[in-house]
Amino acid sequence: MLGRPLIDEMPLPVNEPVDKFAVIAVNRFGLGAKPGELRAAADDPKHWLKSQIRTSVTGNPPELRTPDVFVEVRALLRARREQARSGKAESGANAGNSYGRTVRRHYLEQVGRRYRQAASTTAPFRERLVHFWSNHFAVSADKQPIPALAGLYEDEAITPHVGGSFADMLLAAERHPAMILYLDNQRSVGPNSSLGKRANRRGGEQRLGLNENLAREILELHTLGVDGGYTQTDVSRFAEALTGWSIGGASDRGRFAGGTPGTFEFRVAIHEPGAKTLLGKRYAEDGLGQGERMLEDLAAHPSTARHLASKLARHFVADEPPAALVDRLAAVYLANDGQLGPVYEALIDADDPWRSLHAKYKTPHDFVVSTFRAFDHVPDNGRTTAATLDLLGQAPWRPGSPAGWPDSVNEWGGADALYKRIEWSNTVARVAANRRDPVALGDSALGSAFSQRSRQSVARAESRLQGTTLLLASPDFQRR
Amino acid sequence: MLSRRRLLQYLTAGSAVAATPTLAFAQADTDARLVLIVLRGAADGLAIAPPFGDAGYRSVRGELALARPGDREGMFDLDGFFGLHPRLENLHKLFRSNEALIVHAVASPYRSRSHFDGQDVLENGGSAVGAERDGWLNRALPPLGGSFGNASAIALAQNPPLVLRGAEAVNSWAPSRLDDADPSTIERLEMLYSEDPFFAARLEQAIESQNIASALDHSNARARAQDQLRSGLEAAGRFLTAVDGPRIAVLEAGGWDTHANQGAENGALANRLAALDEGLATLEKTLAAAWRHTVVVMVTEFGRTVRVNGTRGTDHGTASAMLLAGGALNGGKVLGRWPGLRERDLFAGRDLMPTTDIRSVFKGVLIEQLGLSAKYVEQRVFPDSAGAPPVRDLLRS
Repeated sequence: MLGRPLIDEMPLPVNEPVDKFAVIAVNRFGLGAKPGELRAAADDPKHWLKSQIRTSVTGNPPELRTPDVFVEVRALLRARREQARSGKAESGANAGNSYGRTVRRHYLEQVGRRYRQAASTTAPFRERLVHFWSNHFAVSADKQPIPALAGLYEDEAITPHVGGSFADMLLAAERHPAMILYLDNQRSVGPNSSLGKRANRRGGEQRLGLNENLAREILELHTLGVDGGYTQTDVSRFAEALTGWSIGGASDRGRFAGGTPGTFEFRVAIHEPGAKTLLGKRYAEDGLGQGERMLEDLAAHPSTARHLASKLARHFVADEPPAALVDRLAAVYLANDGQLGPVYEALIDADDPWRSLHAKYKTPHDFVVSTFRAFDHVPDNGRTTAATLDLLGQAPWRPGSPAGWPDSVNEWGGADALYKRIEWSNTVARVAANRRDPVALGDSALGSAFSQRSRQSVARAESRLQGTTLLLASPDFQRR
Repeated sequence: MLSRRRLLQYLTAGSAVAATPTLAFAQADTDARLVLIVLRGAADGLAIAPPFGDAGYRSVRGELALARPGDREGMFDLDGFFGLHPRLENLHKLFRSNEALIVHAVASPYRSRSHFDGQDVLENGGSAVGAERDGWLNRALPPLGGSFGNASAIALAQNPPLVLRGAEAVNSWAPSRLDDADPSTIERLEMLYSEDPFFAARLEQAIESQNIASALDHSNARARAQDQLRSGLEAAGRFLTAVDGPRIAVLEAGGWDTHANQGAENGALANRLAALDEGLATLEKTLAAAWRHTVVVMVTEFGRTVRVNGTRGTDHGTASAMLLAGGALNGGKVLGRWPGLRERDLFAGRDLMPTTDIRSVFKGVLIEQLGLSAKYVEQRVFPDSAGAPPVRDLLRS
């Protein structure tokens, strides 16, 4: 019983010598290391990243597409209205419940799909880019019926284009029913369009006119940036050019009912006719083509190049990215006609991202996804993930504004937010601590970013549970 | 009750009978209850049951030596040689009515000093880390069949700890809200963050807000931890007295890793012991009449150094003390051979020398309280434990 050799203090296994670059590639460019991933990236971290850019679309295509869900949800909405109109207030509540439940079911299914994909993908850099661009072109699930469409929007408008041309992604995003509904463009009516003139002559019971929302957000958020050099006149002309960009089945009956429900529909009857000038350039009347030409030119604009370059650099390098790097990325973007692949490659080939192990404080989304990956855990439903991210302050697809979630420590670094992360770490530890030794878990998740200080703290914890909590809440795990 | 045990032993021999569905869904057929509390973090046996009669005690323990029996805040005198920590008041009362006993200088076969590995060996019941993939208490369940109720065992935790995990289905229950992190975890995070101003400042603010929001000061944070253990034991009592509830419960309690400022009559460890003591009283009250048939086993992964370290605490050691309480016990005594505290008596010159394999006590409890056969316990529950004979006469006859 006493014959065993004495090891005086608990042995500290030596960190596997994983290259710092591999850690940065996997944990900052990727979504956080799954077991073995640091080793997989270690041979050539930059190649590991670049090969993901060229990967074709990952994951299984969703079973449902936007029109399917739109039709289902709209029918329930109509039932609710009809019940309410027929005076059965109490039974109207039933239809309302059924509408709300259905929207929520779709939302949770899509959340589940997104985080399963994030937790399991072998192309995590590419997946991070999907999240990045989906947030750049944010729709927010706090407006109906966006919760039922946000995930489909990401799949259909963003994912196919992350490795392609920005102009294609821009066009796909602005034409998507989720974006059109979110920014109210389906009923934006040109005052001189055939429908606009008729309505105005009648001195209408229903006022029809221009809605500038979509046009303004495209200029301010999606392309040029707020200081990108446009004026209110540009916003108005652009909004006129975008009149008619609507969806099929925008209303139950009447003038906006036509078209295939839940798909993009150009309504020439509300399109403001005539040539328009945007940013000093004249665009001849060309129906749908007029707005498309404008978007193509916006995509190629130097202000857009700078705006996108600075957002990418902020996401991958630092909250305040180096100006020289932003300049270089913008130049690469312009030189390659807005192809995103070369921009990512320039970012990877730059020195700036590789200077320090940690450059960013994780968002709650980063924290939760990297925790899933560290445990090699693929969450089977969206409900828990959605509730967790809501609790931590970043409900999926619900940034609350078209500006999307912020991307700097100033917005995420609250004291209470940290405390909630600690509590969630503790909750995760209670569920999962027995599965892995927390020191080994830290080694496989953080590699050389697992500081000696954190490592000792975890190793000396009084239980696996406590060690796992300390690991997840450690500065090393909270940063990327 | 004895006849029931005989019946159980009989059933154990022909285990197919015990596995029939009618039995598996029957309500508990026994009065016996077993509660296992795993004290995680290596609780200091020399503080729990100090050997004041040992000539070396006062000098090796230095400032951690407890005041003598009869002195102000002095320890309780158990038998003229061993004392009991002054904050274990309820346990002392139980000891005096023969409903508590102590086994001193116990250890699992594990001899290194890692908490995780130590707990692994304590719970897997084998002789080394990873020797068994399931827990010894789970392996003890099959012969019980339905006689210990529908789902005979429950862990008061979100997930059963290793000691209760295995092929046999067990229940688990914990309040569903996000649990407060343990105060000792928060303290360790404060230390971990102390060289990172970003994290340190935020945690400090957050703790302040928590305290303001709940009008709690630091001592009340301790009270909250105390409350967690007490409410866990109260819940255990409710489960164990439910008509068709389980008859075996497992709990875990952290906060025993007293490397710094351990304290003597008062302080960190004293508060932890007081929480455990209060929890025991709550359990006794909740179990009511069932207390008479109950055994509570409190056990830790290893002990702590005999001498005080440089930060007024103790470091990871080897042997510790084990506490048993419950109305079913033949208590009022301190078991185990005392190894002594002289330099040459110590393990590796620093730790209390183990003289009893902890599995000997577990075996005794399983045989006498759960009615398992000695053969089953040797072969199936604690394989590779031939050197650890069961401790006998733990229970009232």
